[in-house]
Amino acid sequence: MWHYFFRRLLTAIPTLLIVITIAFFMMRIAPGGPWDQERALPPEIEANILKAYDMDKPLVHQYFLYLGNVLTGDFGPSFKFKDFSVNDLLLSGFPASLQIGGIAILLALVVGTLLGSVAALRKNSATDYSVMTVAMTGIAIPNFVMAPILTLVLGVYLSWLPVAGWGDGDFKYKILPILSLALPQVAYIARLTRGSMIEVLHSNYIRTARAKGLRERLVLLRHALKGAMLPVVSYLGPATAAVITGSVVIETIFDIPGVGRYFVQGALNRDYPLVMGTVIFYGMLIITLNLLVDVIYGLLDPKVRLQD
Amino acid sequence: MIFNRLGKLLTATTLSFSLLASPIVLADTTIRIGNQGEPSSLDPHYLSGDWEDRIISDMFMGLTTEDAKGDAIPGIAESWEINDDGTVYTFKLRDSKWSDGQPVTAYDFEYAMRRIMNPETAAEYASLLYVIKNGEEVNTGKASLDTLGVKAIDDKTLQITLTGPAPYLLSLLTHYTTFPIPKHVVEKYGKEWIKKDHIVSNGPYELVEWIPNTHVKLTKNEDFWDVKNLKIDNVVYYPQEDGPALIKRMRAGEIDILYKFPSGQIDWLKANMPKETRIAPYQGLYYYPINTQKPQFQDKRVREALSMAIDRRLIMDKVLKTGEIAAYSVVPPGTSNYGTPAYVSWKDIPMKDRIDLAKRLLQEAGYDENNPLTFQLKYNTDDNHKRIAIAVAQMWKKIGVRAELFNSEVKVHYADLKQGNFEVARAGWVADYNDPQNFLFLLESRSKSLNYGNYENAKYDQLMEQAYIESDLTKRAATMKEAESIAMEDLPIIPIYYYVSKNIVANYVKGWQDAVNDKHRTRWLSIEK
Repeated sequence: MWHYFFRRLLTAIPTLLIVITIAFFMMRIAPGGPWDQERALPPEIEANILKAYDMDKPLVHQYFLYLGNVLTGDFGPSFKFKDFSVNDLLLSGFPASLQIGGIAILLALVVGTLLGSVAALRKNSATDYSVMTVAMTGIAIPNFVMAPILTLVLGVYLSWLPVAGWGDGDFKYKILPILSLALPQVAYIARLTRGSMIEVLHSNYIRTARAKGLRERLVLLRHALKGAMLPVVSYLGPATAAVITGSVVIETIFDIPGVGRYFVQGALNRDYPLVMGTVIFYGMLIITLNLLVDVIYGLLDPKVRLQD
Repeated sequence: MIFNRLGKLLTATTLSFSLLASPIVLADTTIRIGNQGEPSSLDPHYLSGDWEDRIISDMFMGLTTEDAKGDAIPGIAESWEINDDGTVYTFKLRDSKWSDGQPVTAYDFEYAMRRIMNPETAAEYASLLYVIKNGEEVNTGKASLDTLGVKAIDDKTLQITLTGPAPYLLSLLTHYTTFPIPKHVVEKYGKEWIKKDHIVSNGPYELVEWIPNTHVKLTKNEDFWDVKNLKIDNVVYYPQEDGPALIKRMRAGEIDILYKFPSGQIDWLKANMPKETRIAPYQGLYYYPINTQKPQFQDKRVREALSMAIDRRLIMDKVLKTGEIAAYSVVPPGTSNYGTPAYVSWKDIPMKDRIDLAKRLLQEAGYDENNPLTFQLKYNTDDNHKRIAIAVAQMWKKIGVRAELFNSEVKVHYADLKQGNFEVARAGWVADYNDPQNFLFLLESRSKSLNYGNYENAKYDQLMEQAYIESDLTKRAATMKEAESIAMEDLPIIPIYYYVSKNIVANYVKGWQDAVNDKHRTRWLSIEK
């Protein structure tokens, strides 16, 4: 397994290199530059600025300069946030994004499996129908609609929770963003679990377990759930990606100082180093998480062997 | 020994008294501001946005500063003398300190202005100070730093020499590009001087913390020369940009002032927060530059017809609904050193007749139903720009003009404008200082990067040149008005409306006054709940 692990890590290097190259040139091909704004700069001043950021050099030269810096772990200065380096910004943004995204995924996993299992066990009952109706609604309502509804009800009308902001990082500021991110995933995971749970409950090994006279709780928790979780685990990869893209919107709506916000701001401002930094960051994150999912999958499913 | 004990006793008594007294001392007052933008820096030389101006002008103070209405009043300069032709200003500085207790001197000002004009600094906004003698030459590397027309004569005297008489100088000196920076700190830490542990400032407030995309927190600067009159202890600026979410925060009592509320919410605001909603005239112009390099727009009649056919009143009343004022000139009315602007000649002709006139002009220019005038109207993606563009295209349809709408994100839009890659487009300008020159220069042929439509009129340029060196204020105003009337005859731009400022201010915030430059320094505000 370790062999597999390291091999996967090694293949990550060319993947990242391709991501960096494509992102670098795409960003530069995009029309509009960092200093195209309502107040146009006099040409002399723009020239001074381009020189200060090495942007007067040929593009390919800039590309290799950038690659060289990335190799030493330096993502360069941000054009927009001039008092900070991209490294500073990513480091300051990651904890916020991690908390919101991580908790949202965990919440979705726990609540989603629970609801899905309950629905499967009470198949075609009122419970099943109501859980599935809520789930369908959850999937249908995108989080940029969900978030304003939640803030209006829980923040403005009931005044239970702050509408937006991060304060001192107090937990009450995180509840609404986490809910907005988690709800569509809860819905999706609940549907997945229900489907696979129903299938598993009809399989031979569950019949065998029941025939052996095992207690129903044991049958469900030890045997059925493990099998039913497989599709959910493989969904974790896309779910993480969805939470990351979702966080870009959620962080903007809730004014959260996370990496997703920098991604949006970087792209809109044509802050090349900031966009590159966030792209590399997300690239590494997704590669790592996919690897983790594969490892977990191998542990859960005896049919899957992690071989070279 | 006895004294020693007595001393201890005294200290203990004072301590217990102060402990007793502390609950009576009023809690710190904090004002929370929805600022609509993350500052790109706290270095006055690297800013360009009004959201940055609000923070930096609470932290620093220039030679002059703004009163509660946004007008220029003495700041760090206590008094000044102006020579006869209005080109040399000699400022006397008051006793004032940086937040580390060091005195603010004329050398700090000299150092700061040399730094912003230094090409190596690569300051985006340096061109604003080209009115200072040799400013442009220094900034473009054609002259050395010490030739700049800013000279510290001694600790308390600063002399500024200009390229020509600029009656707006005192207003310009409230701008952050002219703020002093602490020479002793910048020399010690270089670019790192703005970091929290190093930065010192000379304005009413000093930095407590800046967490990117979270907030900027300021607190009262005990070394500020007028600290005794500050009524607010702490200021928190939130960078959030999502307008609807900000209004919800305002309703939930999480912020006290919201700058630039989204226009789309106006109906709701008028019904639910009428007292808090503050709309006031603002020195800005919303306009459509016409690319005069394109063959179909070289004909003056075509440009005039397009401008005439727009029913501005309808746009104000039905599309915007936020009290904007229909524009028929380049300079907004109420601008200092000017008087009434030079309006277009057809301003008061009824709309129906204007449409007939416009049709006739187009016909004369060779366009009719079989050969309609067609072009693209570009705007940057935004709800309001879109609604206005749709309305305008409809109005043009009435005179047989087919305008295709095209929108792109702001960076792409301005790149297109800069490269002349447009036919008619949306643009806007907000004044940096209160003077007609700050609007009229947009149409000078030498204003390459801002004269989007490449308007060229030798007479216009010449009149503007003449105004730059005119020291008699009345003559200067008359010359610029003559230039403006030429522009309003040529119509290289279509003025649409003069901006209004749109803010929401909680009822318990006192001291807020409407200001044409929309500058409301925390220094003048208080909270009375």
